Amino acid sequence: MNLVIALLVSQGYVSKDRIRRVVEGYRDQTDEAFEKMFERDKEELREIGIPIELGSNDKMFDDEPGYRIRRDAFELPRIDLEPDEAAAVGLAARVWQHARLARQTSTAVLKLKAAGVAVDSEALTLVEPLLAASEAAFEPLWDAVVARRQVTFGYRRPGHEPTTRRVQPWGVLSWRGRWYLIGHDLDRTAERMFRLSRVTGPVEATGPSYAFEVPAGTDLRALARQLEPRPAEGTATVRLLAGQGQALRRRASSVTAARDGWDAVELPLLDPVLLAAEVVALGPAAVVVAPPEVREAVVHRLQRLAGEAVSR
Amino acid sequence: MNDRAADQVQRMLALVPYLKDRAGVPVEQVARDFDVPAATVVRDLNVLWFCGLPEAVTGEMIDVDMDALDSEGVVRLDNADFLGRPLRLTVHEALALIVALRTLRETAAAGTTEAIDRALAKLESAAGDGAAAARQVQVVAAPMDARVGAAAQQALHEGRRVHLDYLVPSRDETTARDVDPLRLFSAEGHTYLEGWCYRAEGVRLFRLDRVVSLEVLDQPAAPPTQARSRDLSEGLFQPGDDDLIAVLDVAPSAIWIAEQHRVDSRVELADGWLRVQMRVADEDWLLHLVLRASGDVAVVQPTAVALRITATARAALAAYAVP
Repeated sequence: MNLVIALLVSQGYVSKDRIRRVVEGYRDQTDEAFEKMFERDKEELREIGIPIELGSNDKMFDDEPGYRIRRDAFELPRIDLEPDEAAAVGLAARVWQHARLARQTSTAVLKLKAAGVAVDSEALTLVEPLLAASEAAFEPLWDAVVARRQVTFGYRRPGHEPTTRRVQPWGVLSWRGRWYLIGHDLDRTAERMFRLSRVTGPVEATGPSYAFEVPAGTDLRALARQLEPRPAEGTATVRLLAGQGQALRRRASSVTAARDGWDAVELPLLDPVLLAAEVVALGPAAVVVAPPEVREAVVHRLQRLAGEAVSR
Repeated sequence: MNDRAADQVQRMLALVPYLKDRAGVPVEQVARDFDVPAATVVRDLNVLWFCGLPEAVTGEMIDVDMDALDSEGVVRLDNADFLGRPLRLTVHEALALIVALRTLRETAAAGTTEAIDRALAKLESAAGDGAAAARQVQVVAAPMDARVGAAAQQALHEGRRVHLDYLVPSRDETTARDVDPLRLFSAEGHTYLEGWCYRAEGVRLFRLDRVVSLEVLDQPAAPPTQARSRDLSEGLFQPGDDDLIAVLDVAPSAIWIAEQHRVDSRVELADGWLRVQMRVADEDWLLHLVLRASGDVAVVQPTAVALRITATARAALAAYAVP
C-alpha cells in the first residue's frame, strides 16, 4: 500500500534505492529480502491492474531507471450516474452466474461506489437476467478472445467424430443461454461458429497476445441470426384426442371438432423434425394427417420405439 | 503479499476514496457496500492508519478516527487527499460489467432500456480498452411473450397476486394456480416467474412461454415467510430428494440431452454412444423425453419406463394402420 502511495505521489520516476529508503517495510530488510519483496509486490500490484511504469527522468543523462504510477492511468475517470443509471448498474452486478465474472463485476461496481456513485438496485423492477457459463471451455476461450490469442481445441458435432480445430477467436456469443465461439478456422480458412458445449477436452492458447485483428465489420449480432428458427413453411394437420395435445393447440390456426372425439388441428409448420418429435411424445393421443413427410417421420420414430427397427 | 493481501490492497484503494465524501458512515454500512464482514473493514482501517506519504515528502500519515470507530461504530478518515479517486477498471472488470448491463438491456421492458443505454454509454467512455473488448462479446436473449411478461412485471411491481393457467408439457395438462410473485428472471434461454404457488404450497418456477393466461388479481401478494427465492447459482434444476435416477444410452445424434441436462455420470460406449446417469423429476417427464428422442435414447433404468415406451409406441402405431 505504501509502495502504491510513494509511486503515485512522486513527481517523476523513483529509483529502487530511493523506494527502499522511503517505503515503510522495505527499509529494514536485507538486500536479498528486499529484492524478493519488491519484485513480488510489483507483480501483484500489476495483477490487480495498477500501471507501474519503468523509465528514467532524463533521457540525456544515463541516470538510474526508476518506477512511477501515472495518476491519469491509475485513476478512474470522472463518472456521474443518474439514480436510474446507478440502479441498472446495481442490478447488473447480479447478472453473472459464473464465479470469476461475478467477482470481476462486483469489483467494478465497488470502484464505482468508491467514485461516489450511490448504487441502489431496489429502485427498478426488471426481469433479472441470469447469465450462466457452465461450459468448461468458456473461461479459456473468453480469455483468448480478450487477449486475441490463437486457440486449439477438440470439437465434436453430433453424429460426427471429434476433430481438432485451430481457431483465431474473434468473439463469443450467448444465444438464448448457450455460448458460441465465432472465429477464423485456420485449417478450413473460413469463418466458423462453434458451440461451446461441443468442445471436448482442454482449450490450449498458443502464440502471442494480440496476434490478429478481428476483421472490421464482424457483426456478432448478425451472425446470431443464423441461429434463429426459420419462418414457417406451409401448414400441418394433426388429429388430436379431445382435450389433449395442449402445446400444439396453442399454436393452432384452426381447430375443427369431429363427432368421434377427435379434433382436426391445423398449425403452421416451423420445423418438421420438431413437430414429429412432439407428436410422438403424445403417444396414441395424436396422429399426423399431413404433410406426408412428417407422417412418415412419425411412423419411423414409433417403429424404432416399438422395438421394430431399432438400429443399435 | 499473498493473494489475500492483494485483495486487501485492492479493497483499501477503493475504501479511501469511498470514505472521502461519507464522513461518519456506520461501519456496518461500509461492510454491506463492500460485501465483507465489519471486522474486515476494521482490519483494513487499522492497516490504513499506518499508511501515508513517504517520509521524504511530508511523512504525513492517513488519519483514522479510532475513537469514533470504537465508541460510535462510525468511520472518519482524513489526510488522504492523494488517494482521491478509485483505481481504473481493468479490461476484464469493465468487460464483465458492460456485458452484464447489455444482458440486462436484452430483457428489459421498453421504458427502462433508456436508463441502461445511458449507463452503458458513460461506462464505455470511462472504460477504454474494456469497451473495445466488449465489441467481441454479444448476448442475445430469447424474445419474451410481451402480453404475459408485461402483466407479470406489473404484478411484481404492485405486489399483487396472479391467477395463471399453466401448461406442463410432460403431463400434457393445463392447471390453474394462484401465485404470489417473488421475482422475474431469464436464464438458459427462457423467462421465468418465480413465486409462491398456493396449489403446490411451495416456491415454483413458471416458464412464461408455457403460461397460457395470466390475470393480475386485486388481492395483494402475501407469500408465507418461508417463501424465498432460490439460489440459482448451481443451475435452474436442482436435485430433489424424491428424484428418480435414470440410466440412459444416448446416440451421437442426441448428445444434446447430455448437454442440456445435468448428468451425474457419463461413460463412452461403442459407436459414439454415451451411457449417462441423470436425475429426473418423475416417470412422466422421462417418458416424454425418451419419446421425443424417438430411438436415439434407450432407457436402461428404470425398466418400468422402458416397458411403458414400447407399449405407448405400439398403441400409437395402430392409428397409422401400419403392421
